[in-house]
Amino acid sequence: MRPLFVFLLTSLLSPLGWAVDSDPLNSPQWEFVHQRFLKGESYQFDGKVKVEAPADAEDSLNVPISFQVDDLENIQEVVVVADLNPIPQVLRFRPKAMRPHLGFRMKLQQGSPIHVAAKTADGLWHVGGVWVNAAGGGCTLPSVGTASGDWTKTLGKVSANVWQRPDGSSRLRVRVMHPMDTGLASGIPTFHIENLNVLGEDGQLLAELDLFEPISENPMLSFDVHQQKQFKLEGRDNNGNKIQAEVVQ
Amino acid sequence: MKRFWWLGLFAASTQLTAASFEYPLQPQAIAPDTFVLEGKTADFSKENGGYIVNAAYIVTNDGVVVIDTGPSRRFGEQQRALIEQTTGKKVIRVYITHHHPDHFLGNQAFTDLPIYALPATIQGVQREGETFSNNMYRLIGDWMRDTSVIAPNQEAKLGREVIGGHELELLAFKGHTHADLVMFDHTTGVLFAGDLVFNQRAATTPHANIIDWLASLEQLLKLPFKVLVPGHGKVTQDDQPIAQTRAYLVWLQTLLQQAAANGLDMNEVMATPIPADFKDIALAQNELRRSVAHLYPALEAEQLKPTKQAE
Repeated sequence: MRPLFVFLLTSLLSPLGWAVDSDPLNSPQWEFVHQRFLKGESYQFDGKVKVEAPADAEDSLNVPISFQVDDLENIQEVVVVADLNPIPQVLRFRPKAMRPHLGFRMKLQQGSPIHVAAKTADGLWHVGGVWVNAAGGGCTLPSVGTASGDWTKTLGKVSANVWQRPDGSSRLRVRVMHPMDTGLASGIPTFHIENLNVLGEDGQLLAELDLFEPISENPMLSFDVHQQKQFKLEGRDNNGNKIQAEVVQ
Repeated sequence: MKRFWWLGLFAASTQLTAASFEYPLQPQAIAPDTFVLEGKTADFSKENGGYIVNAAYIVTNDGVVVIDTGPSRRFGEQQRALIEQTTGKKVIRVYITHHHPDHFLGNQAFTDLPIYALPATIQGVQREGETFSNNMYRLIGDWMRDTSVIAPNQEAKLGREVIGGHELELLAFKGHTHADLVMFDHTTGVLFAGDLVFNQRAATTPHANIIDWLASLEQLLKLPFKVLVPGHGKVTQDDQPIAQTRAYLVWLQTLLQQAAANGLDMNEVMATPIPADFKDIALAQNELRRSVAHLYPALEAEQLKPTKQAE
């Protein structure tokens, strides 16, 4: 009896004691997430994928999530999944010529593990994450814009700014006006931005983003780019509305 | 039987949680006829049942005037029973300082009486009360049993009124919420500041406007009070809690503005270390995270510029 008891205690108390292949967040949905969004490909849980979010979400409609994957080379794609959300997939990010960093906000329907998986050139997914507690309800509410009817005036409008960072890089922050309706609020169909590409001034592709329903209304995105100062943004929503903007510092 | 030791643990734990839901209410005499029930400077939890707030009462010749009814029906009922037993007098009226759940969810125990609040507080309870109440059930569980939202039933009349030998003045401010009611008892010199003032507990900002809040604190400093009852934290005989709340709010506002001007993302701002001056203030890091969620979106939006867009 006693060894089992001690084992139970230590495994509960110390996440470091877990085997590498078991989810440190102990998500009941991890296998589903792995099959569905990582296509069952090989993976390992990896502390090099750093994910930040408040442990308790103050506003279930706007939960800030950010990730940095600095200690891994050649990131092909980063996938963010909220395991217990009715629509789990949040975004897919393919950095082409920018740092594998991203900050954004999302809707949570209930407390959930947030998994962030980064695929390296060898095809292996490196998985990090955090658990966020939330009062919930974020996915089944109409967007503020849809509820008030104001969204048509601002749809697709982009505002942005670029900052010089102390380390010499640039921070690009972008807000695109869009209701981002999930389709889960009664009588309001799915309406969300599907793609958004960030290009350099010369048209060089810096990153591709696929955004899904859980991204918050009027998405606010923070990118860490190299030393560029001018950018183009191109994208569209699931109704075919185009997003096109030029950011000049 | 030894195999079922965990069943024993389970039974013990359910027995513990099934303990009576008695709030540890201990009236503190802070001035003649005047008492405070002082809550912990903690966050809502199933351990404290939401008793994290100060409720107060004045025992006048005509009966007892209650200021705020606490976080739950159980709280309001126990508060009223305690007051009527220990003072031998009936409660005659209730004032609610603002529409946050820890200040009014005990109203059910006082529905036979006038419950006064500012008009915007009454509207706030009607608009957001259900959301608050649902969240409180999530946070404190069974302490909330049978609690439902009762909005204040009378608009508070500003100015002075003598009640049972106490000259009470009601003042309307804003900043912590859209409507913050303050009571000043000219007879005893006690100022019931509500949540405009926190003492050794970080200020909360879900409905805050910091500029308005700072202006309100300036006005409070002009009142000739001898005893100060903050919404949260210890009662004092000086204005130190006002100075502390002011310093914290100025720091918070400056931090958020500078962060927005430097292009920081929310999580980066939330991770800001708390300066030494505020290290001893309970829940400062928690409340900073919450305040970023409340106040940062407006500030960061100010820093964005329209882009050149193809039509």
